[in-house]
Amino acid sequence: MSLHDIIFWILSLWAIVCAIFVVISRNPVNSVLFLIATFFAISGHYILMNAQFLAIVNIIVYAGAIMVLFLFVIMLMNLNTDTEPQKSRLVHFAALISAGSLLLVVLSAFRKAELTQIPVTDAGDIGLIKVLGKTLFDHYVLPFELSSVLFLAAMVGAMVIGRKEVVEEKSTK
Amino acid sequence: MSIDTFLILEKIILVVIIIAASMGVAAYSTWAERKVAAVMQDRIGPLRAGPFGLLQPLADGGKLFFKEEIVPDNSTKWLFMLAPAMFIFTSLMTSAIIPWGPDFVINGSEGARTVALQVADINIGILYVFGVVSIGVYGIMLGGWASNNKFSLLSAIRAASQAISYELALGLSLIALLMLTGTLSLRTIVEQQHGFWDGNYFTWNFFKQPLGFVIFLVCSFAELNRAPFDMPESESELNMGYHLEYSSMKLGMFLFAEYINMFISSAVLATLFFGGYNFPWMDQVQAAVPSGIFSLICVGVLMAKVVGFILFFMFVRWTLPRFRFDQLLNLGWTKLIPLALFNMLVTGAVILFFFNKK
Repeated sequence: MSLHDIIFWILSLWAIVCAIFVVISRNPVNSVLFLIATFFAISGHYILMNAQFLAIVNIIVYAGAIMVLFLFVIMLMNLNTDTEPQKSRLVHFAALISAGSLLLVVLSAFRKAELTQIPVTDAGDIGLIKVLGKTLFDHYVLPFELSSVLFLAAMVGAMVIGRKEVVEEKSTK
Repeated sequence: MSIDTFLILEKIILVVIIIAASMGVAAYSTWAERKVAAVMQDRIGPLRAGPFGLLQPLADGGKLFFKEEIVPDNSTKWLFMLAPAMFIFTSLMTSAIIPWGPDFVINGSEGARTVALQVADINIGILYVFGVVSIGVYGIMLGGWASNNKFSLLSAIRAASQAISYELALGLSLIALLMLTGTLSLRTIVEQQHGFWDGNYFTWNFFKQPLGFVIFLVCSFAELNRAPFDMPESESELNMGYHLEYSSMKLGMFLFAEYINMFISSAVLATLFFGGYNFPWMDQVQAAVPSGIFSLICVGVLMAKVVGFILFFMFVRWTLPRFRFDQLLNLGWTKLIPLALFNMLVTGAVILFFFNKK
């Protein structure tokens, strides 16, 4: 077993265990923390695949920004094990069906995967920032710009919804 | 893939030295902070422990170690323990990618060996700093939340919103700089700022990006939770903020990590905008002395710049009053971010029209 294989297995085990704990831990804050740990494991996988840019963006965006907001909301709502609302039977049933169908999709996707294949590590340089930038602004410039406009629209939309009350308050004064 | 044993040994030694130096600088920053405050307020400052009170940091450390350790009954215990460790860990992590000096050559029995004074020169460079900064807020948030105290929680939420708001402007102000340098690697950025005057213009990025530097500086004040942006721990409103419930060395770690943060961000500021270890007439000096000594001189120059920034941080703290929290958020979102965007636009236009390399 080479060093890469050992790191690969450690990271995979780490990711899977943390992901399971995200689901089973009762305290939402612990769930969030395990999710952050999972993101770190996934970033480790990206680095193994020589995709440093993806790894660090994963940490900045997901672990650093989105999860902070998650934690923020959970802290403000002060969710605890005892205040967890009891969901109705219907919701339980719907959750079971949707999770089951997701499992089916994943199973069918991985059915033909070769289990003996050694994980490809340290191969290619598509994840390096120079190559990635050239690809994005060369081959995929239209989809890239379109998606950025979409993001901008979403951001402005959030601002408009968030500012509504303030504007009304001012007009009444 | 074979592993170079000497490389690992070299890196371990370097890491140990850097961590020890960060701790030392942080410890003496606490002393310097009191002295600066004292001088600015026409007082004497620490005086009793050692000459000029120089042993004061040791006395403080000893005091914190021997104090009783109190864990609140209603706190979430493991998070309460984890938070200070996380905070100090993230504050030390950034030092890994700062180039502390130029390479130097050791002539051993197995031939010459080049030693780099940087733990890791990674491809993503400055983005790594952003990654660490963005996870650095977890220490504060978890500490504030796990204490199960209103004031701590309020302060943690303040810290988080402040950090998120100012990270944006921080990133935008850097984009203009990165457009200029064309690389993310801190080592390359420093090498581009070689010397001081390249025959036509200053080489240091400060003279090419003054507005970007000002925005970056203001944002780093906010990211460091230092006055005038020290809302998360404003004594008069929140007692001490997120570390209100902490005692003994856990409190010490929180306080200490803030000074380490200040040291590291001074180093980042010096590296990005003030030429890192470069200084005027460095070529002549390099020709005159052996490479080991030259590297040491360069490290000394970088340290002098870092100390300058630390002193500046302290002067500002004892000069300006604290902002109000809504003023802080307003400044971040409605002033600094548009300003950074404007800076980006101007930089892009200048590069396109005057320095188009095609």
